[in-house]
Amino acid sequence: MGGHCDMNRVKGSMSRAHPLWLAYIVHRISGIILALFLPLHFWVLAMALTDPTRLDGFLHLTEHSLVKLAEFGLVVLLAIHMFGGLRLMALEWLPWASWQKTLAAAATALAFLTATLFLLNAYGG
Amino acid sequence: MLNLRLYMLQRITALLMAPLVLGHLAVMIYAVQGGLSTAEILGRTQGSVSWLLFYGTFVIAAAIHAAIGLRVIAYEWCGLKGGILDLVMWGGGLGLLALGGRAVWAVTAI
Amino acid sequence: MPMTTDQIKVSIQRGEDRTDVFDVPAYENQTVLDVVSWIQQYADPTLSYRFACRVGMCGSCAMMVNGVPRWTCRTHMSKVCDGDTVTIGPLRNLPVIKDLAVDMDPFFDKWTAAEGVHHPSASRDDPIASIDPETPQRVTANAGIECINCAVCYAACDTVATQPDYLGPAALQRAWTLLNDSKDSARTDIIDAISGNDGCHNCHSMGSCTVYCPNELDPMSAIAGLKRETATAFFKRRGNA
Repeated sequence: MGGHCDMNRVKGSMSRAHPLWLAYIVHRISGIILALFLPLHFWVLAMALTDPTRLDGFLHLTEHSLVKLAEFGLVVLLAIHMFGGLRLMALEWLPWASWQKTLAAAATALAFLTATLFLLNAYGG
Repeated sequence: MLNLRLYMLQRITALLMAPLVLGHLAVMIYAVQGGLSTAEILGRTQGSVSWLLFYGTFVIAAAIHAAIGLRVIAYEWCGLKGGILDLVMWGGGLGLLALGGRAVWAVTAI
Repeated sequence: MPMTTDQIKVSIQRGEDRTDVFDVPAYENQTVLDVVSWIQQYADPTLSYRFACRVGMCGSCAMMVNGVPRWTCRTHMSKVCDGDTVTIGPLRNLPVIKDLAVDMDPFFDKWTAAEGVHHPSASRDDPIASIDPETPQRVTANAGIECINCAVCYAACDTVATQPDYLGPAALQRAWTLLNDSKDSARTDIIDAISGNDGCHNCHSMGSCTVYCPNELDPMSAIAGLKRETATAFFKRRGNA
């Protein structure tokens, strides 16, 4: 068993094009990216104590539009991961029927609403 | 691979984080207005027990939640098993906890 | 939709790197199983496959058809044909014995491991239990009893693919059915069996089991029921401690 990640473990060609599977993969990928981002986020913030001028340098970066776009992406991922997670817990823990699909749709809509709000503030503010 | 206890830990930390994420999103939307600066962040958070508790709880919950998630992915997509799998989970969790704790302390300590 | 061609190009996956292509006459009202049977009877008698009832009751003829697990005896070619071609392979997530026949042992072993067996609560000397079909618990139990053990859900599940010991949708749905059956006496055994390292908590609610179940059952909701039941018990135990 090698230690490197190998997507072939999801073996066999199989059609997965349906909303529930897509909700799963979006939740997983957003989770991975957030977990990778967190150490960087923490490291930069800790500069408030160790090297405030350097932190200011990093914060100035956020004025670049490319960095703003990346920030926007992270906020979207956070919102998507949270609403997707709430969808999952509603599905698992509430005795549910077909409205769970409605909930999933509402979750995505809310995620985008939150993100759009952020974007409007970031650019319009 | 995931038993009831790990499953419940991941769900409970998720529920705990839901309001914290909303709060964090709100703070971000508020904070980015007019640009970010060290002085502005510290002015808001330094010496505040409320922010220490808010982000302290957030970091602990996120570390536990992410560690269990990493465990599942390391097993399913990377084929890690046994002791190495536990190492990934504990290493990931404690690492996030240490880095996150340091960051929270950096912005709230006087 | 009637077939528009006289011949269908049928690719049969017969092992890791062997795919045989056959030209099969097209008919209206032709099932995937009809096509496989035609190949075995008229083109290649060595082709191995499995079927019994031909009417969607025995659950023995499931195969991968164009990357989707299906009961082949009740799947019409007109539904799955991609132009005039179709690819048929052995069921996913199970060891292949030969060609299209897979070894169902792991599937049924997990069925037993999930305590998917009847645990009687009365003996033959007791009067027949009267069951009200309208109670919510019985309605929940009834939702899963039409499972024919075809393993389509098992083949559709990516969690089974990445966690070979995971009990899988069919066995867990059976456990949920028995948990809601007032005639079953082994509640604790079932809960223990589905709460282990390979139990219901590994499910990611990807829903492929429910999407592809040919009998339109809903194993994903059944597994959610198990998660709900164990989560409630978890909080209660903490509350009592």
